[in-house]
Amino acid sequence: MTATDQLLFEGAEWDFRTLQRICGACEQVARDELKLDVYPNQIEVITAEQMLDAYSSVGMPLFYKHWSFGKHFAFQEASYRKGLMGLAYEIVINSSPCISYLMEENTATMQTLVIAHAAFGHNHFFKNNYLFKQWTDADGILDYLEFAKRYVAHCEERHGRLAVEHTLDAAHALMSHGIDRYPGKKSLDLRAEEKRAGRRRAHEEAAFNDLWRTVPTGPAKSGAILDVERRRQMLGLPQENLLYFLEKTAPRLRPWQRELLRIVRHIAQYFYPQSQTKVMNEGTATYVHYRIINRLHQQGRLTDGNFLEFLQSHTNVVFQPEFDDRRYSGFNPYALGFAMMQDIERIVTNPEAEDREWFPDIAGSGDTMGVLRDIWANYRDESFISQFMSPRLIRHFRMFHLHDDPEERAGIRVDAIHDERGYRRLRRELARQYDVGFIDANIEVVDVDLAGDRRLMLRHTVVKGAQLNEADTKRVLQHLADLWSYDVSLVEADAAGTVLKEYVAHPRNISVAA
Amino acid sequence: MAIHIVDRRLNPGSKSLENRQRFLRRAKALVQGAVKKSSQDRDIKDVLEGGEVSVPIDGMDEPRFRREGGTRDMVLPGNKKFIEGDILPRPNPSGGKGRGAGEGDSEDTFRFVLSRDEFVDLFLDDLELPDLAKRKLAEVESQGIRRAGYTTSGSPANISVSRTVSRALARRVALRRPRPEVLAALEAELADCRDEARRAELMAEIEALKTKMRRIPFIDPIDIRYRRFETVPKPVAQAVMFCLMDVSGSMTEHMKDLAKRFYMLLYVFLKRRYRHVEIVFIRHTDRAEEVDEQTFFYGPASGGTLVSSALQAMHDIVRSRFRPADWNIYAAQASDGDNSYADGEVTSRLLTNNILPVSQFFAYLEVGQENGLSYEMPNSSLWTLYEGLRANGAPLSMRKVNERSEIFPVFHDLFQRRSQQERSAS
Repeated sequence: MTATDQLLFEGAEWDFRTLQRICGACEQVARDELKLDVYPNQIEVITAEQMLDAYSSVGMPLFYKHWSFGKHFAFQEASYRKGLMGLAYEIVINSSPCISYLMEENTATMQTLVIAHAAFGHNHFFKNNYLFKQWTDADGILDYLEFAKRYVAHCEERHGRLAVEHTLDAAHALMSHGIDRYPGKKSLDLRAEEKRAGRRRAHEEAAFNDLWRTVPTGPAKSGAILDVERRRQMLGLPQENLLYFLEKTAPRLRPWQRELLRIVRHIAQYFYPQSQTKVMNEGTATYVHYRIINRLHQQGRLTDGNFLEFLQSHTNVVFQPEFDDRRYSGFNPYALGFAMMQDIERIVTNPEAEDREWFPDIAGSGDTMGVLRDIWANYRDESFISQFMSPRLIRHFRMFHLHDDPEERAGIRVDAIHDERGYRRLRRELARQYDVGFIDANIEVVDVDLAGDRRLMLRHTVVKGAQLNEADTKRVLQHLADLWSYDVSLVEADAAGTVLKEYVAHPRNISVAA
Repeated sequence: MAIHIVDRRLNPGSKSLENRQRFLRRAKALVQGAVKKSSQDRDIKDVLEGGEVSVPIDGMDEPRFRREGGTRDMVLPGNKKFIEGDILPRPNPSGGKGRGAGEGDSEDTFRFVLSRDEFVDLFLDDLELPDLAKRKLAEVESQGIRRAGYTTSGSPANISVSRTVSRALARRVALRRPRPEVLAALEAELADCRDEARRAELMAEIEALKTKMRRIPFIDPIDIRYRRFETVPKPVAQAVMFCLMDVSGSMTEHMKDLAKRFYMLLYVFLKRRYRHVEIVFIRHTDRAEEVDEQTFFYGPASGGTLVSSALQAMHDIVRSRFRPADWNIYAAQASDGDNSYADGEVTSRLLTNNILPVSQFFAYLEVGQENGLSYEMPNSSLWTLYEGLRANGAPLSMRKVNERSEIFPVFHDLFQRRSQQERSAS
């Protein structure tokens, strides 16, 4: 190991040897002092354009081709040019090895910050948080994406670009409802998944015989109409994972289309934990980089100038505009997450009476990293906030709760503020904003009219009066009908069962299904 | 554990490019509309620089199940003075900005930067010179020749000496061929040497070196490299485009401007579509002259009007430089329609006897006063003359234009891929 009293770098310039030194120094602090447990790291140096590229294909290093990624790229490039948007200077992939991108324009200090943040903070979180363990397969994801990319390209060659594009468009429209929210099945093994996909195709090709097409089919068996309960049980209804349902039961999809739905579904599922842990994930990474870089500065490995530069970007990252600020657009996950991690550190090491009363389990226990590592492993945003948001932090952010009921003529009511009466209510309400059950509309397949016109029936259970946007919903249902290839109806009903609105979509005669 | 650092900048396999092309294909109608619109509000020269267009986003957004309305609960930071139970008046919906949840929710268009090529491509997308190469189909393709690297076989005339020598040098170094200086030094030593044993040793060493030199030739056949050429098929369709313009006193600035626009567009179109297009600029008052592009568009000139002078000039140029057997001849003429009455006869004869028979296509653009209406223009002398010729089936297209926004439709109109039928009819 190098002597700890020598500078890692001076000024802003860096080369690959500098990066190696920085990685080594960060790793030492992460391993020996923070006791982090990470996947092997892979650092990739890229240009700004490649960063935009990575942005537009959902941050993945390799992805299948689709026009919408081109759209995102154009959109982001335009705002980047206008200077509306600085590039986020970190993208990190939940995979093993864990891939972090460094932009070549960054100064040496920024590279240190990103390495500490992504390669150690995010990396540890990915490897240890229970949601990621449950839902994602870090070892297999890169291979699986490679497979998906090849498979989509292969489909385009065989079945034409347009047909593939239609199928993917439809799948993308349903992506938000292509997720299993509750574990029940065995964990994901993408490598095996890919092998199975290959075998499925091979079998189809081997078993194909054109003669079967010509076998005369007798009149349809007029089996007794199954009773509703039995039918729904057989189809696995109600089913909230629309993509899964279509893949398994849509009557006229071709095998390759089912495979495409499956790919989109797997990718949606892979990102599902990230949507539930934004605050924790960024909080963890920010807390880790803050600890590491402070330590490096103490060890005399960063100059004061570089440390000041770090503090400036760090402060920008964790800035929380207030609600009446023009820059306000909701809680900044970096700010909220980092504040909570620091607050937990304070409660563990230097608690006050209030903290002992609220957090008897951890107050004053003294082992900051132990407590934090345990939290990082076992919580998600919603449970994390509802357990660990302290009154002190609520006061610090001066939070208040607005209740906006359209029925209320007078205006919006302030329901709770940062005072004794309000702490618990605020905490509950804030946690609810991160609750996955409330984030996406609750839409399920409830029935299929097998005896009649094979209509697929969906239900949206309306919560708190928030109905679906009409124009968008019509288009999504159109995609759904194209995949299902018969009529699709969607009923919006409230908890009491009152029907508020009904949509019906008819399939178009394009070759989504043949 | 050493951390793996990769430099990805070295392979900028721009993933975005293909996705971008897909996106452009997808949004083609929208982008094309935007291109047309933006090119009407700008100078052509700027337009052809590509640049930004605004594309309405709603034609391309990806729908999702989104909820809206209902009872909303929000936790916000930064309370100043509210206490529990306060009622706040609702902000005006117009004042409040939409919650930008998705991308571009609150924006209905986004600025999209097109490269020059993409822009012009879109613009010229459904244009094609009519009948190009029709006459040439039966002809053999002419071959051009292009250097293409090196090869190990070829004719002695094509030996590349520098390549061969450098390869030989590399081989000699690699196989450790003794250098002549070393040999010379040993022989000098042998000449001075008196000690028998040492002499024998030296002679053996010299012998060994010599055999080695014989075994490893200075230049070996495997070193030899020949320059390689490959033949490239040259497109046989070569066309010449004549731009004729009236620059006489009766042409106002506005009219010249219109004509200029028309030609610039034409010019870009030709330059782009066909590698083998010659362009000849002829401007005329009562005398015609062939000029270069710069003068054609920007040079000052004034005088009377004799259309036939331009046609005569074109005819002479065709005869001297562009044999109709080898060239497809296209002509586009812009004028305000003025012509001396005495000249009508000559013009008509030149056209019917000399020009039209050798031309694939002749376009006439009549430019009018600003704020005039094209259908209200009285028919000018030239228009009437051409109309008569057209009625007799001459391959002649005519349009009237008053506003610069009309240039583009006309342009499209003139060169649209038309079916055989329509062409024979017009």
